[in-house]
Amino acid sequence: MTQRRVQNMEVTTCLDAHSSKDSYVFKIVLLGSSSVGKSSLAYRYVKKDFRDSLPTVGCSFFTQTLRLDNSTIKLEIWDTAGQEKYHSVCHLYYRGANAAILVYDITKKESLEKAKVWLRELEKEFLQDEIIIVLVGNKVDLSPEREVTLQEAEDFANTKSMLYMETSAKTNHQVTELFTALAHELLKQRQQKEKSLHATHRKKSSIDLQESTFNSIKCCQK
Amino acid sequence: MEPEDPGVPAEGGMDAPEQEAGLDSTEMRTDEPNSVLDEQRESSPIPNNGPLGTEDGKADVQEELSETHEEISDKDLSDSASTDNTLEDSSEFSRPMVMADGSPGQEPVATQPRPITHRDEDVMAESWREHRKHVFVLSEAGKPIYSRYGNEEALSSTMGVMMALVSFIQSGDNSIRSIYSDDRKLVFVQQGPLVLVSVSQTLQTEQQLRQELLYVYHQIISMLTQASITRIFERKKNYDLRRLLTGSEKILDRLLNLVESDPCFLLSAVRCLPLPASLRDSLGSLLQKAITPNLVFSILVAQSQLVTTVQEKAVIEDCRLEPTDLHLLLNLIGATSAFQTGEIWTPICLPRFNPDCYFYAYISYLDADCTVCLILLSTDKESFYSVSDCKKRIEEGMRTQNYLQALSSGLKNPSYSVGLVGVPDLRHFMYKPLDIPDNYRQLPQFTSPELEGPYCSEHERHRLFDLYHYLHGRIHSASRPLRLIYHVAEKETLLAWVTSKFELYTCFSPLVTKAGAINVLTKLLRWIKKEEDRLFIRYPPKYSTTPNPGKGGKGARTDGAENGFFGGL
Repeated sequence: MTQRRVQNMEVTTCLDAHSSKDSYVFKIVLLGSSSVGKSSLAYRYVKKDFRDSLPTVGCSFFTQTLRLDNSTIKLEIWDTAGQEKYHSVCHLYYRGANAAILVYDITKKESLEKAKVWLRELEKEFLQDEIIIVLVGNKVDLSPEREVTLQEAEDFANTKSMLYMETSAKTNHQVTELFTALAHELLKQRQQKEKSLHATHRKKSSIDLQESTFNSIKCCQK
Repeated sequence: MEPEDPGVPAEGGMDAPEQEAGLDSTEMRTDEPNSVLDEQRESSPIPNNGPLGTEDGKADVQEELSETHEEISDKDLSDSASTDNTLEDSSEFSRPMVMADGSPGQEPVATQPRPITHRDEDVMAESWREHRKHVFVLSEAGKPIYSRYGNEEALSSTMGVMMALVSFIQSGDNSIRSIYSDDRKLVFVQQGPLVLVSVSQTLQTEQQLRQELLYVYHQIISMLTQASITRIFERKKNYDLRRLLTGSEKILDRLLNLVESDPCFLLSAVRCLPLPASLRDSLGSLLQKAITPNLVFSILVAQSQLVTTVQEKAVIEDCRLEPTDLHLLLNLIGATSAFQTGEIWTPICLPRFNPDCYFYAYISYLDADCTVCLILLSTDKESFYSVSDCKKRIEEGMRTQNYLQALSSGLKNPSYSVGLVGVPDLRHFMYKPLDIPDNYRQLPQFTSPELEGPYCSEHERHRLFDLYHYLHGRIHSASRPLRLIYHVAEKETLLAWVTSKFELYTCFSPLVTKAGAINVLTKLLRWIKKEEDRLFIRYPPKYSTTPNPGKGGKGARTDGAENGFFGGL
């Protein structure tokens, strides 16, 4: 299963590299328990606005295009429902994702615990270098009611080699920064992969050729 | 009408004989409230040694621990959720202001002026008792699942008593249907492991209340499917279903408000947006062109009124979209502001079509004001991108042809004034045609002008719908159905008339005479005949997405059945 996915990714990378050198599509999925602000983050980032929202049904899909370092990046943002009844379908949404944003509410300790559960889910589904995970503590505008300290979350994020950020969708604190930073990271990773892929590709193909000719010669000789 | 629809066990199937039996023997009609209390006292010990017993609970926990491993991934989440379940619930409940605020674009009737949510109500208060209609949902183990007013938690003992009544009658191999007191009707509906109870002071008949409870049941099914609910409770009798319904109370609240004020539920029919037939046809053919394999229904809606719908040919041959399914879908959409932001992709069950499997619904608004909504239902959970592409084509088509503009001009007056009919005595009417061509394949439709004149306040509207409910109940009475009723009420006169061609309810000013009313009816029918191409979808478009005819509607549905993926719960 995992292997197939890796292969798929290679294929798309190759295509990207061949067709349009500097345009990329990345799939980002927002995960976390209900009412931590996943939809609000997406809404703030895409529509530059905030409003109280009702629980998401299933999944809400947004796209946002941005330019970074002469590359055009299209972010496909999948904003999932936090309600438990949708948990069993979430794999539908996070499959093939390039990045995951694990959102918790800094005023609710248990939402961080839930984020940890989501992390375990992702670890089952993805290899370490397949996905970039960002832990996001949302609702910093409510910091007087804070239950999760910056230190605690940061430590946790470090141990799991996740990126970490605190945001407020309501006051527009660090929201665009979050997505831009993530896009940067994704771009960096993709370009590195491309490089190494090209390198191995060239090396491998030449070896392959030699090998096959070698083999065929052998065959003929036999 | 639905002879080969396998997806309608809710009413036609297993439960019917049981209910009929109940009608004969166990109807607990009583005039003295005291005897009701006696019943309660007598039977209250039952749940303690019955389904509420702790031994059962322990056994179930063990059972849950030894679940099969294919469900581990879901289990993980569920288990962790169970630890903070109460916290999560309470947070959901303590956020009422937020939830109440963020609901734009709903029917004005749906909101009530109370500033705080119903869930914060004191269930011991007199005001709580005085609500016109209570609706409770509980599990067979007596666990509260939903209450229209007040926190379910606080009502657990009340619900325990309800379950006691149910199981007491059940122990006598029978089922409780209703209890009548001086001013209230209590109606019980049992659907699988769920028990639904309505406590009503309205004039509605038992049958109508039962129908409303079924709407509530079907709305729950539309989110979870019948199969998964059955499975959950088979595995764990005292499961707290609220865990899965967190955040959905709003959807049920909204449904119950609509049921009381929107005649589409009473008439089981869809309200179409009045449009020139040519525009409706062009929109239909636009939808017809933008299709992809496994797409079965394309529905275009404007402000909760149907613009047009297109169905995959193979599907309508053995099935059609039921109005109930559309009402529940639209209610779900209306109760979720998230729909107004991005493109939605969500599993959804159409309970009357098939209560056990999911469709995948693509939902997106086509205009900035979020009035025109496109719903595409696919049987393939992987088809988001191809379905989203259909939407792009539809959007493009609407833009180049300027349909959106044409639609929004129709939306400026989403309904029409009764004054258009041109008869002064007529205040309001509801007309449901029964002679639409291809009727058995069509969504039942109805038309009704907007409420004006004396029916502006919520109280007056309730009063009018109470009267309509009363007439509807008399017309559809099981024991003594009527075809024509002339009813002189205190502040208006009403006339209801059913023929083979239509079902009509009219409301007149109180001064109208019988002859005058009949005269108005003639004029009204003539007007509707003249306008019918605008008011109704006369010829529904069909299409076939299946290049290989082997994969018809049946195949599509089997696909859906395989997607019963809430398996891990």
